[in-house]
Parts: sequence; C-alpha cells; structure tokens
Amino acid sequence: MKPLNEVIAACPPSGIRRFFDIAAELDDVISLGVGEPDFVTPWRIREAGIYALEHGYTTYTSNAGLPRLRELVCADLANRYDAHYAWDSECLITTGVSEGLDLTLRVLLNPGDEVIVPEPCYVAYEPCVTFAGGAAVRVPTRWEDGFAIDAATVAAAITPRTKAILIGSPANPTGAVQPRPALEALVRLAEQHDLYLISDEIYDRLTYTGTHTCLGALPGARERTVVLGGFSKAHAMTGWRVGWICAPRPVAELCVRVHQYTMLCAPHVSQLAAVEAMTSAEDDVTEMVADYDRRRRVFVKGLREIGLDCPEPGGAFYAFPSIRSSGLDSETFAERLLRQEGVAVVPGSVFGPSGEGHIRCSYATALPLLEEALGRIDRFLRRE
Amino acid sequence: MREILELLERDARLPHETIATMTGLPVDEVTATIAEYEQAGVIRRYKAVVNWDAVEGQHSESVTAFIDVSVAPARGVGFDDVALRISRFDEVRSVYLVSGSHDLRCTVVGRDIRAVSDFVSQKLSTIDRVRSTATHFVLKTHKRDGDVFAEPEPDHRLPVTP
Repeated sequence: MKPLNEVIAACPPSGIRRFFDIAAELDDVISLGVGEPDFVTPWRIREAGIYALEHGYTTYTSNAGLPRLRELVCADLANRYDAHYAWDSECLITTGVSEGLDLTLRVLLNPGDEVIVPEPCYVAYEPCVTFAGGAAVRVPTRWEDGFAIDAATVAAAITPRTKAILIGSPANPTGAVQPRPALEALVRLAEQHDLYLISDEIYDRLTYTGTHTCLGALPGARERTVVLGGFSKAHAMTGWRVGWICAPRPVAELCVRVHQYTMLCAPHVSQLAAVEAMTSAEDDVTEMVADYDRRRRVFVKGLREIGLDCPEPGGAFYAFPSIRSSGLDSETFAERLLRQEGVAVVPGSVFGPSGEGHIRCSYATALPLLEEALGRIDRFLRRE
Repeated sequence: MREILELLERDARLPHETIATMTGLPVDEVTATIAEYEQAGVIRRYKAVVNWDAVEGQHSESVTAFIDVSVAPARGVGFDDVALRISRFDEVRSVYLVSGSHDLRCTVVGRDIRAVSDFVSQKLSTIDRVRSTATHFVLKTHKRDGDVFAEPEPDHRLPVTP
C-alpha cells in the first residue's frame, strides 16, 4: 500500500490514551482524569433538546448556525465582557471549540507558518497547528509564576514566520487564569509584530478568583483576535458538541467557508438546546460554578495538607499540583498511583515539557470521592 | 449566612471544617453561626430523607394523603387558629395556607387508608369552622424535598479524557 499522510502519521497519539486503557482494565478506580463536568446537562436544556427532536428539528441549519443562537452568543459577549462582534458576519456556530480551533488554524495559516503556543496547554493545540500545515513553537510558563504567560519569553520566540499566538485561559490543565496585564502585553506584542491571537475561552464562566478577561475586548485586540467558546463546560454540554467562533469579518467568512464544506452545520438539536442554555439556564450555571468552587477549595487544601505544593487554580476545574517532592517523573507517578491506589490522574508531561513534575487532577467529581482520592494519594505518597 | 444554610440543607452531615473551607470562613465562625441558627429556630432540626417505597415490606405500613381543607375564617385570626389546631396532630406532617379553591393543604400520614379516613372524619372535619375536606391519597412518590426517587443517572463519562 502507498504510505498514508506523513504529517498525521508522524503525530503521536495523545499521552492520555494510555491512561485511559489502564484505568479501563482496573476496578474501583476513582477518576480525577476526566476533562468534563460531572454534572449531567441541566434538565431544562435536555428537555429543550427532546422537544426539538419531537417537533422534527432534525434538519440542517444555515452554515453559520441558527441566527437566534448567534445573536445570543454575541449579545452575551457584549454584556458580560464588553467584547463586540456582529452576529451576522463575525460569528459562527461550530461543533465544539475543537472544530472552532481547527477552522481557525486552517484559515490563518499558510504552510510553514509558526504559531506560538505557551505550555503546558491543552493536548490538541499542537496537533491542530500541525494538521493545518503550521509549526507549533512551544513557549514555557512556570508554576512559580502561576503559569502566567511572560511576554518577553513569547517575544524571544517570534520569528519572521510567526503568524499567531494561541492561548487558553482559564487553562486546561493548569487551571491558571491569565492576569489582565499579561494579556495586554500579548496584545501589544501582536500589534508590534502583526500577529493574530487565538483565545480559547471555553472555561470563561468557570473563573473563581478575579474576573475573566475576554481577549477580544482588550484595546487593539479586536481586529486580530479570534475568540473561541462554547457550551461544554459551564453548561455541562460536552456531548452535544456545540461551540462558537467570534472573529473579525475576513477570518469569520473564511471559517464559514471551510465549515460549510467540511461540517455543513453544527447539529440542529444541539443548537436549539444551546439557545435554551443561553436563555434560561443562568441559575443552573451559577449553582454549578459555586459548587465547583467549593470542591476546588476543599480539594486544593487537601492536596496541600498531604504535602503536595499546589498553585492556586483560579479557573476551570483542574488542580495542577507539583509532585516533585516524590522524586518521580509525572508519568511514573501517575501510572503507579493508578495501579497501586486506583486513582486516575493525568501526568503533566502530556501537556508539554513545562507540565513535567505535575499531575492534572480534575475536581469535577463528587466530594466524597475527592476526599477518598486524597486519602489514597496520601497513602501512596507515604509509601513512595 | 445564606450559603451555610444552603449547604446544610443539601447535606446536613457536612463537617464544619469542610463548610469553612468551602466558604472561606474560619471554622469557629461557622460553628458559632450554626449554633446561632439552631438557637434562633432558623435550623429546626436535622433529618434524613427516606425513600420508604424502597424499604422492603414497608409498602403497606403507612399511607400518605394530601388533604385540602376549606375553613370559614374568623375575625382577628383568619385561618391561623384552625391551622394551628390541625398542626398539633402528630399524623399531620405539614400544613400550608394556600390560594385556590381550598384554604389549607395538609399532609397526613397514617397506618392505612382506614386510619387516615378515620382521622379526617373524626378529627379534622369536626373542628369548628372546617366546612369541607378533599382527600388525595399518594399512590407513588417520584420526588420529595428535591430528591428524585428514580434510579440515579449513571456516570457516562470515560475514565480519562483530555
């Protein structure tokens, strides 16, 4: 047979997969390895989805998505963050942020263009850059700095081929919320070097310390910034696959062009459920966010009490404690912890070299299980 | 503090230390606040939410009925004296003044249908100014106090995801 696509074949599978396989063969595993809410989608949203199915909303929508949903998304961005995008020309509905990121990178990049990616970061960032024909250039962030992105470090990585900077805040896996000055410094850099900014803001509502800054709302940012968001995390709608892109018009138009040929539209039922999420689920979101915050406080305190340094995670639902005191690398730590104590975490190294020495623990898990997991990790640490 | 009450209403067994961590308050303050609520009667008591339908053999050992009561109000007290009088019976679990076609809605628990019927005809209906009653026996409890009594929804998440 002739060889398959060499770019894709050369991309390693996600380091998370191996832990999934081990966890799947063990009994009595408490998983802190899950990157999605433990809440089921609020019933009023599910009920709206059922209603949509019952009434035959099983067709395509317009490529860019239901006008009503785009209006709601743009109005929410304007009200909440003072970020202004025109719903009819600068917004499209995607099948989750994953597709949004893929579209954005394909639209922005020419072969060989470089994208600066501060890490540790979400596992899909680098592969998506690669698949779009670009080259990801990693820039480290340090847990001593709360994983804040340092503009000088980013500036040092800029070359004539640099096209964009890709960030996520609040961040998977660190839970870090980028401080506003760090974001403003990035915007200035982008202006100086004529770069695009891609901002993955899927966790925006899950911000516990301070307030979320929408990158597209910062002075000078709007014309060069693509904001990605969706319903998976705050509304507990991961499996519905619905997200959005807000971008300056030329970018948004080309995103719709790719989307119309590759995806056609996001699922109609999911879009209607998302309309319900935007119009009537605010109390549900507020209650879920408050609940994550309470578990965050209990879990982070627990980690510190069993001797793991844990930078304060200001957002998302991950803690990213240091496990350097164990003397183990994160991969070994995670595998032994899983096999010996049945606690699944994700080694920090899968999110980039700066993640080494850390593990990602999701606290989107029932409180009694979090407490049990802390007990098991404590037992593991004493033995190691 | 409202958040403490909301947390306890959901799980009365939450340790004070955990509540302190969740709310960011000192433990002493949480303990003192709860004690104040208890003394002031804001927190009435702590109890378990029991799904009796799930207890084997308990199906026929008690029945619950909602009883709507029409009452002639009296000058100076309205419905309050009658409501209080009904409330004092042990078999009466709740009493509300409601809008609509009746005045009071009561929840009554008895050993069997006969016991509840007797209570209504002997005790409730004979109270002065009670004009009429309408009894609705509970056949099955689907949800009570915010708890859905169906099987909990399983966690469909994969054990490790990005």
